[in-house]
Amino acid sequence: MTAPLDAPVGLAAGSPPRRRRSRRVSEAALGYAFVLPALVIFGSFVYFPFAKTIRQSFYRSNPFDPSQETFAGTDIYEQVLDPAGMGRAVASFGLPVGVVAGLLLTVVAIGILRLTARAITRSTWLRTGAWCIGVAIVVASVCKYSGIGVEPTTTTRFANSLGVTLQFVLMTVPTGLVLGIGLAVLAHTQCKGIGIYRTIFSSTVVSSVAVTSVIFFTLLNPIIGLIPYWLGIEGEGPILTNPTWALPAVAIASIWQSLGLSFIVMSAGLQSVPDDLLEAASVDGAGSIRRFWSVTLPMLSPTVFFAAVVGLIFAFQTFGQIDILTQGGPNYRTDVIVYAIKSTAVTQSPNYGAAAVMAIALFVITLGVTAMQLKFVERRVSYDR
Amino acid sequence: MTAETATDATIAYPPRRRGGGRVVRTTLRYALLTFCSAVILFPLYITVVNSLLPVSKIAGRPPTFVPVEPQWSNYADAWNQGSLGRAITVSVVMSMLIVAGQVLTSLLAGYAFAFLAFPLKRTIFVIFLATMMIPFEVIFVSNRQVMSDIPVLGINLYDTYAALALPFLATGFGAFLLRQAFLTVPSDLRDAARLDGFGHLRFLFRIALPLVRPTLAALVVFSFLSAWAQYLWPLVITGEGHETVQLALANLKNRNISTVNVTFAATVIATLPLAALLIVFQKQLVRGLTAGAVKG
Repeated sequence: MTAPLDAPVGLAAGSPPRRRRSRRVSEAALGYAFVLPALVIFGSFVYFPFAKTIRQSFYRSNPFDPSQETFAGTDIYEQVLDPAGMGRAVASFGLPVGVVAGLLLTVVAIGILRLTARAITRSTWLRTGAWCIGVAIVVASVCKYSGIGVEPTTTTRFANSLGVTLQFVLMTVPTGLVLGIGLAVLAHTQCKGIGIYRTIFSSTVVSSVAVTSVIFFTLLNPIIGLIPYWLGIEGEGPILTNPTWALPAVAIASIWQSLGLSFIVMSAGLQSVPDDLLEAASVDGAGSIRRFWSVTLPMLSPTVFFAAVVGLIFAFQTFGQIDILTQGGPNYRTDVIVYAIKSTAVTQSPNYGAAAVMAIALFVITLGVTAMQLKFVERRVSYDR
Repeated sequence: MTAETATDATIAYPPRRRGGGRVVRTTLRYALLTFCSAVILFPLYITVVNSLLPVSKIAGRPPTFVPVEPQWSNYADAWNQGSLGRAITVSVVMSMLIVAGQVLTSLLAGYAFAFLAFPLKRTIFVIFLATMMIPFEVIFVSNRQVMSDIPVLGINLYDTYAALALPFLATGFGAFLLRQAFLTVPSDLRDAARLDGFGHLRFLFRIALPLVRPTLAALVVFSFLSAWAQYLWPLVITGEGHETVQLALANLKNRNISTVNVTFAATVIATLPLAALLIVFQKQLVRGLTAGAVKG
């Protein structure tokens, strides 16, 4: 490195080392000045409110005058999360049912993995088994803990919301992924006019949550809606106030809305599957179904995984559809977590403590999903070209 | 089509089956493509159709699928009734503020992380990235309280443009995206520019900025799309004064069924800006949406 060459021409002379140091100082000052605007925003509207949320979860506030607070310790956590009930649910139902269901799930998962022409070793069995059993235990425990259908009180509202949200996630995320992959594979061709089809498949990205909800609200209307008309249940009870069908109806609207994004992401993933690989498989005599399972899907797996994680996180944060379509009803059957937070905190007599505890629970769930992603991304990074 | 052009194609399944088989397969694919398109487009299509019908036709059975005599007055009604015109202004101003803020903060921070050396750079970068771990849905209640009583300053921003835009003026995602883009700018270029007497500011705006324009365009389209579609935050932070398009739509839904055609017209109006955006900037949008999914 040659200092004199580096120096801008025409600057006041000084001894080279000193000038270099002053440049370093001014560069650092510029660096701080550049990151400062964003840091101020993050500090004021991300980290400060986050700290406030944590603090609020330990204080009971007067609903009519939130400035009056009393320290509550972990009382609100115990009230909202009901750890005793949680423990009972895990011990009495989650563990036994989860293990059995997890073992069955493992066999199915290995079957699918075998289709993708991956070598099934002992460690594959062990790892897949551990994941399946773990997920099954969590799902079974939450099902028992949530006891959906019981009129929720402050104590059981979160449990109910967690169960409802999990049901919603199970309805929307896998369906969205499968449809996204299907559409992407279907449109991954050089046929004439394929551009138009691609635009149509991505078209639902222009539809916001509110637009989607208003469209489906009218489609589901018991008097003028086309869906009741086609199902032949016109004039009967509205679908959106039916305890069984309200959540699936909201799920269908959500799947439709996210289809465009799902398609775009999967298509981009398909573009990065090298053509010569497909060709080689083809030369080896693999038919199109075999090519899909043995080449396309394994190569696409990082994209699928990414889409699954993002989909999971979004689904846990569902709010708009519920607020517009069902308002959490009927009888809390669609009372997802964010809706529960909002209606606990934004009312005439807000319970900020309970809302904060639910928000922190949502944060922990999101963190868990993200951690899963980080763990996997490290392992799968070799797929990058 | 020769074998050579087939290799260049996005998908290069060599034409192994000859004659009839291929024709059947192609036809089948088109049939499937068309069927899926019809299902996906249906909700949007029926919205446009219903926005051009009188209510009697919408409720009539069998349903009408082609508006033979379009009733354009629905659009005039949608615009005049209620507060749609006002709401569009609010949404446009809010989205522009957010886009401008994100572009500026991401550009500066991204450049700092890529080109400038300063103490604690890694720590600050982690602070930026960690914001992505905190979903807005977790902090919106506290944020609402903060907005109603800004600490130290003690001002109430409830129901203002400032409250709508402030939390989104910077994102960890935007800064990260721009940093990655700036890292692809060859460092030789910086050295050469320095020899020519360019300071960092001139280098950033004259040389680096044009080079990262595609990424910047993706960020603009993506942030506009998400700002325009927001629902939760405007719902809890605004009253009558700053109703956004999404809120106006949600409120229209609760109106009498006798004006449902006007609701449909309003829905179309609210979607048009995004539809135009998708058609014009499809490439940038796809880039923005897939930025995290696929490398490159």
